[in-house]
Amino acid sequence: MHRYLLRRLLIAVPILFGITVLSYFIMSLTPGDAVQMLISPTISQADIEIRRRALGLDQPVHVRYFRWLNELAHGNLGYSFSSGAPVTKRVGERVVPTLTLTATALALSYLIAVPIGVLVATRRYSWIDYVATFFAFLGISLPTFFLGLAGIYIFALRVHWLPVGGTITLGTDGGFLDMVHHLILPASVLAVAGAGALTRYVRSSMLEVLGQDYVRTARAKGLAEALVRRKHALRNALLPVITLAGLQIPALLAGAVITEQVFEWPGMGRLTIEAINQRDYPVLMGITLVTAVLVAVGNLLADLAYAYVDPRIHYE
Amino acid sequence: MNERVTGRPARAPATLEVGETIATAAASFWRLALRRFLRHRLAVAGLLAFATIALMAVAAPLLAPHRPTTIDVAAFQSAPSAVHPLGTDSVGRDVLSRLIYAARVSLTVGVLAVAMYVVIGTSVGAVAGYYGGAVDLALSRLMDVVLSFPPLIIILFAVSVFGRPSLWNVIIVLGLLGWPPVARLVRGQILSLRQQEFVLAGRAIGARDRAVIVRHLLPNAMAPVLVAATFGTANAILVEAALSFLGMGVQPPTPSWGNMLTDAQSLTVLERMPWLWVPPGFMILISVLAINFVGDGLRDALDPSLRLQ
Repeated sequence: MHRYLLRRLLIAVPILFGITVLSYFIMSLTPGDAVQMLISPTISQADIEIRRRALGLDQPVHVRYFRWLNELAHGNLGYSFSSGAPVTKRVGERVVPTLTLTATALALSYLIAVPIGVLVATRRYSWIDYVATFFAFLGISLPTFFLGLAGIYIFALRVHWLPVGGTITLGTDGGFLDMVHHLILPASVLAVAGAGALTRYVRSSMLEVLGQDYVRTARAKGLAEALVRRKHALRNALLPVITLAGLQIPALLAGAVITEQVFEWPGMGRLTIEAINQRDYPVLMGITLVTAVLVAVGNLLADLAYAYVDPRIHYE
Repeated sequence: MNERVTGRPARAPATLEVGETIATAAASFWRLALRRFLRHRLAVAGLLAFATIALMAVAAPLLAPHRPTTIDVAAFQSAPSAVHPLGTDSVGRDVLSRLIYAARVSLTVGVLAVAMYVVIGTSVGAVAGYYGGAVDLALSRLMDVVLSFPPLIIILFAVSVFGRPSLWNVIIVLGLLGWPPVARLVRGQILSLRQQEFVLAGRAIGARDRAVIVRHLLPNAMAPVLVAATFGTANAILVEAALSFLGMGVQPPTPSWGNMLTDAQSLTVLERMPWLWVPPGFMILISVLAINFVGDGLRDALDPSLRLQ
């Protein structure tokens, strides 16, 4: 197990390194230079010259990359073209709303997918299996923005149960219940696609475990079917499903861009659109880097969690 | 548990297939696959729906009552009527005509972007799987890196860097960034195939690496790639729609189902003019759902574990 942990951690290093190289590469295609954006626009012209030389703007590309990486390691992601504020600050204040939204959506998708996936696995090829399959595909195929707009149309404009967007009621200081009220619709919309895919995974994972020898043994020794399913099958079937949480992070963050735009949710996704419209490349690069690192770390944690709960992982 | 023994009604009865498979020729594998596919009712329905949409895209000039970019100055944001069956949009263009023409955009993106990344992914995966060692390690880490970027965010970043957003930019960016899953798939297939006797035989008669990969390995690895490409097409259509909805994809006046929904971000349009946003939303849903069902049918039909069933 320790060998596995060590190997997995060592793999994460070149991945994180590669993420910075690819980000730098795309950034170097923008007008200007990735290093240039590290200079605060608020300082004087003379200081800018000094800073340019310190950052090696006159050096070849690999030197510039490592200087940039060094600044990155010291927490300097550059300065926003549009507001002049440090990118770390602009992106930083958007991280919590996005994490709130995506974490709620992830939890919701598991709450929907696990019971349904388990149920249909034990009733394979019944009518309920076909209905669940159809809805799972429907969830995967629904465009997030269409679902979001339809949600607003039905629940906010027609029946007035839920607000049309934002995080709190304007003109009030919100409060926990008000926030939850605003979170329901965007989180549900974001959860739908994930829930569809997850239902399929849970179903096939459960089916695979139900075909294992130890399940047959449990049945052969006369255990009640419900007990076999709950204690022998379900526990083992859920192990690979845990790692899926890590794999869902990229899709969730991508979905958040649309959900946040539709629901005026002030997270990283909405900041992405703002930054694109203002051609604010330092902010865009900051978001790209932060989300990629979140994904890499999420995958690492998922793998580690898997190794922790499943002793068979030794052999890897 | 008799339900596991009975098997899925959508699949062929086992006895029939055993008799057929004894012939073992490749042609019989594809014939069996076709038979299994035709038993998957949702997949057949999906294929029919997809064919209808494709036909609609090809015959757009014949079907559309108006030109998709013509502005009717007498009517803008007008409700459905005899002249404009699905009403007009905020500058007075016919919604039905735009809906029909937009099928061209979605299908073009879906097919071209996926074709592009299937070629890249297959090449990278074949090289990684065949040569193994350091080459495999480097290419596999490259796949991990590209996969770490949340799809829509990196695509938005790239599209905005490559100048003005357009149909072709969307295709190129999707094609350049979509390959890692295909590469992983092909790599896995090649890894399991390259130890087999027919590969050894190919090498023994002096075939070059390239010939072994292209003539012996890839044809045997293509079935799962076909399935992945089908699901990928559905996904590419979704991504194009999302990009165009956000204003970073196909630009008006060229119609795309995604950019037709952009106006509905205004609550007035959303509440008062459902004809502007409901039809394009449904078109995206139906085409993506249809292609996903085809993919599911193909997966069942081509599953190698069913070959000898």
